[in-house]
Amino acid sequence: MKILVVDDEEDVKSLFEQKFRKEIRSGQFEFSFAFSGEEALRFLGNNPSGVVMILSDINMPGMSGIELLKCIRKDHPAAPPKVMMITAYGDSGNHDQAMHFGADDFLSKPVNFNELKVKLLNTL
Amino acid sequence: MEYFLVSIFLIQYVRSSLQTKTHFPKQDQILIYARGISIALIGLYYVFDERSWFDWFWHIYTVSLLVYLYRNEEFQSLRTVIQSFIPFIAISVLRDLVKVLFPASYDRIDYIFEVAISAAFILCFVIWFYARKQQRILAKEREERLREEQASNAQKQSLEYLVNERTIELTKQKEELQKTIQELRSTQNQLIQSEKMASLGELTAGIAHEIQNPLNFVNNFSEVSVELCQELEEEIDKITMPENDKDYIKGIISDLSQNQQKITHHGKRADSIVKGMLQHSRASSGEKEPVDINALADEYMRLAYHGLRAKDKEFNAALVTDFDAAIGKANVMPQDLGRVFLNLFTNAFYAVAEKKRRLAASGSRQDYKPEVKISTKKFDGKIYIRITDNGTGIPEHIKTKIFQPFFTTKPTGQGTGLGLSMSYDIVTAGHGGVLDVDTVEGEKTEFRITLPIS
Repeated sequence: MKILVVDDEEDVKSLFEQKFRKEIRSGQFEFSFAFSGEEALRFLGNNPSGVVMILSDINMPGMSGIELLKCIRKDHPAAPPKVMMITAYGDSGNHDQAMHFGADDFLSKPVNFNELKVKLLNTL
Repeated sequence: MEYFLVSIFLIQYVRSSLQTKTHFPKQDQILIYARGISIALIGLYYVFDERSWFDWFWHIYTVSLLVYLYRNEEFQSLRTVIQSFIPFIAISVLRDLVKVLFPASYDRIDYIFEVAISAAFILCFVIWFYARKQQRILAKEREERLREEQASNAQKQSLEYLVNERTIELTKQKEELQKTIQELRSTQNQLIQSEKMASLGELTAGIAHEIQNPLNFVNNFSEVSVELCQELEEEIDKITMPENDKDYIKGIISDLSQNQQKITHHGKRADSIVKGMLQHSRASSGEKEPVDINALADEYMRLAYHGLRAKDKEFNAALVTDFDAAIGKANVMPQDLGRVFLNLFTNAFYAVAEKKRRLAASGSRQDYKPEVKISTKKFDGKIYIRITDNGTGIPEHIKTKIFQPFFTTKPTGQGTGLGLSMSYDIVTAGHGGVLDVDTVEGEKTEFRITLPIS
């Protein structure tokens, strides 16, 4: 399963790679990373229909996670990837907005990786 | 004969007009003697067969009587009347002198003296009559003046009464104004305080947001590192190498793993503080709903008590409740207000436990009975909640700091210093109420929540 992680923090990459080391090694998951909303859109343009799941932060400089979500829902109406939004603790405003614009799920920081792993495996 | 009449009349006149009997008893006594002399003289006059030489006794007596009356200060007001008798006596004395010294001439002018004496005699009574009349007028005037004085006195009194009334009114107004100023001052202080608290709360939430992301990385990376250490250990088992080297490497890995666990542990601690800080910004975002305040307070009191009992089996305290059943349900945010109760009760139980511990350590006062009390009261559109403990109290110099975020007196790791600060936000910003404290160091602490109910 191809997963695109969008976050402005670059350390997210190594964290995901280490957290899902076994799954990546066994080929269950294949992670790609984008460090801004714009980069994520470019990546999606270059790899159409390849990405199954997008994990996106909401609070990012430049294009926010919500705007990214809107673009994805507009540009890929045919084969929509699943989108899971991640935001800071207890931000109910962003949660409601994300759900309104068509997010499939919602995670709050700090991300519970065991929970995320279960959710990802269920999507498989 | 006329001497007798004149003297008696004079004496009686003085006595009656001045009321000497009551006002001047000493002079009155003398006047009574004088009257006696007059009567004696008239008696002797007839005994001696109306001799002309006897008149000289009369002269001496009447002159001395006049001099006495004239010179006495007490009879000054009667001087005009007394003076009127002088001509009569003077002419009488002169006639008798002429009679003795010039008997020949006297026979010729004898009628002149008779007329003069009669005239003087009449004059006495005329003057007396006028004097009396004048005195009456004076008395009348005096009476009038007295009446006027009384009238003006009455007016004065009524004016004084008015002035008094005004003064009282003004004093009352002044006191009211002073009270208002005081109220305004305390309101201003409260506003400044709550403004300060609000900005601190915002700052706290802002800091928390900024810290949260890096803290998440610390926690996540340390967690994943623990997992990596486990994997590393498993991998090492697959390799063949001398047992000594293997144990050494495994020792290092176990140390690394323990370090990562410590990082995770302390990261989680920081995380719970950050979560507490973030609750500041959410302090007034909940929905209000009708809640039984008494039941809520009771529930959290028991929760706090059993929470502490679970940690410290020795701990014990009397729970006293004084609920006003009239409160019923009030519109509040139950989770938020519950958190306030939990904080205040936890602090109260901590304070009594701490006092007991200190007393036990110093070996005194074994009869100390920890007590935590909750009382509620509904009055004048407001709910008053008091949480009282007989614990350690709060020293005066830190009383102003207790509502500030991160202020705590508990040992490191036992309190975040956010409980009271958040409670303050919930009560003031969230419910538009008042949270204040009354405390005596070493004796008691009372937290008072005042909630308006609309």
